[in-house]
Amino acid sequence: MADPIPLTVEFTGGLEMLFSDQRKHKISIPGQDEDGSASNVAYLIHWLCDNLMKDPRKEMFVLDDSVRPGVLVLINDSDWELEGEANYELQPNDNVVFVSTLHGG
Amino acid sequence: MPSSEDQKAERDDRFRANKLCQIEIAEASLRDLKKELEDFDSAVSASGPDETADHTDAFPLVPDAEAKTDSQSSEWPLSSTEYQRYGRQMIMPEIGLRGQLQLKKAKVLIVGVGGLGCPAAAYLAGAGVGTLGLMDGDTVEVSNLHRQVAHATGRVGMSKVDSAYEYLYALNPEVNYIRHSFHLSPEHAISVFEQYDIVLDCTDHPTSRYLISDTSVLTSKPLVSASALKTEGQLIVLNDPPKPPGDLFGGPCYRCIFPKPPPAESVLSCGEGGILGPVVGVMGVLQALEAIKVLTRRSEAQGRMTDAEPATAQPVKASLLIFSAFSSPQFRTIKMRSRRADCAACSAKRVVTADSLSSGSLDYIAFCGRTTPVDVLDAQSRLSAKDFAQLPRDDQRVLVDVRDEVQYSICALPGSINVPWTGNADSWLSKAQDKGVMEDDQKEKYIVCRFGNDSQLAAKAMQQQHKDFPGITKDIRNGFQAWRKDVDPSWPDY
Ligand SMILES: [Zn+2]
Repeated sequence: MADPIPLTVEFTGGLEMLFSDQRKHKISIPGQDEDGSASNVAYLIHWLCDNLMKDPRKEMFVLDDSVRPGVLVLINDSDWELEGEANYELQPNDNVVFVSTLHGG
Repeated sequence: MPSSEDQKAERDDRFRANKLCQIEIAEASLRDLKKELEDFDSAVSASGPDETADHTDAFPLVPDAEAKTDSQSSEWPLSSTEYQRYGRQMIMPEIGLRGQLQLKKAKVLIVGVGGLGCPAAAYLAGAGVGTLGLMDGDTVEVSNLHRQVAHATGRVGMSKVDSAYEYLYALNPEVNYIRHSFHLSPEHAISVFEQYDIVLDCTDHPTSRYLISDTSVLTSKPLVSASALKTEGQLIVLNDPPKPPGDLFGGPCYRCIFPKPPPAESVLSCGEGGILGPVVGVMGVLQALEAIKVLTRRSEAQGRMTDAEPATAQPVKASLLIFSAFSSPQFRTIKMRSRRADCAACSAKRVVTADSLSSGSLDYIAFCGRTTPVDVLDAQSRLSAKDFAQLPRDDQRVLVDVRDEVQYSICALPGSINVPWTGNADSWLSKAQDKGVMEDDQKEKYIVCRFGNDSQLAAKAMQQQHKDFPGITKDIRNGFQAWRKDVDPSWPDY
């Protein structure tokens, strides 16, 4: 069994409303998913829905198995598209930020 | 459906507005040219035939003392008032005379003269950009004034563009202001953008954000885009450098970062979600700053904008600034991607073209989706605010207010019970249960909210829970908006 992975996840741009109105969460997720693969961001998104999100409006966070359009995922201050997107394998103490884009002005 | 005559009339109006705006721009540059010639002529007559050499290089000849007192402006690239006005920024190496002249030459378009556009326009006008275009189709409302700093109490009802013009002209009359008192539309977007060097997106909706980005790519203009809501803001400089579509060395566009629009129901406006004035102000000021940086960039840095790319050049990545007023740290800069090889607007595979844009075949409203007003109840389940006001207040009926706690604490009707709508029937019903709303099945239940949308959803949830007592739950049509209009004009209009 792989060791659990401690992470900091943050929600901003309004997404914090879906996570008990709290922006920053220190969590620890299993080191492997159900199939024994190293935990990646896709697995983290599922895990957050199942374990951290109390709000029933899942569609405000996920759509078609990934984050909904208009949500950016930032891994250690980089857009996840630069890090392999959902396939990025999480490392201990990674900082993962979920940002909903704003449109007001 | 609008009739084809309506559509034609609308097209004609747009065409006319478009031509008027082009005329205005052409007249403004004509005025500039005449002024330059006038200045030149007076310089020639003041200095005599032998001293009319070109003084625009970095070391203008020092004029003799007499000429200096007579007509300073003739010998120097800026007028004496301009040196005084811009001196504090010109003595910094980042700007210098070079940068000030670049600003003076620059034409900047601000789309949206609201919470972002007002401070952005103020700082750009203050900094001495040569031409400042203002575009907005709205009029000033009292609820704008806590953040839209170029407007004023005395100008409520005036067009935002005219109101901002008054403020900006008083701030700096040296700037050439161009007023576009209409909303941006795909048909005329290109012809307006073509007249400028850089564009600031200060609008408040995804539809305009995609339209502005697409037009910036098609007209090769760098775009400074910002947004704000509640206590947070975001800023990104796009299409910088503004390479032609298909050139991966150009900066990414809005569609590279956000290929798909967010679901319409996830988009909150400042009116719905709230906005803290200084938060949107910070973002607008930062837009002005980024525009000044782009406009005054030194030629070395601009080297990458020439066609000869150094062999080691990397595609340009954008960077997103996130401001969160109540978080620590407040500011955070995120490395974003470069151009997307399959972007719909800026790649070789693009589908957004000048033709598809100006023909109106790109439907931005349909692309971003619309939220339709909630309408889930039958007519018998809805009661007007007036009718509700006639009902006796006794223990036969209960009023459930589904606004959030903050709004409820601003104003509430005596005896009402606050059960904020949670977005979900089951979780809301269990909260209603906790507050004792469901104790007596036979009591009439009236549901109210700010505008009459959430109250319908909550009433529907309640009706499904109380199937045995049809007609016992009603929603108050148009909520407290109607209450203020038809029953109690003193109800706070927040
Ligand atoms: Zn693009």
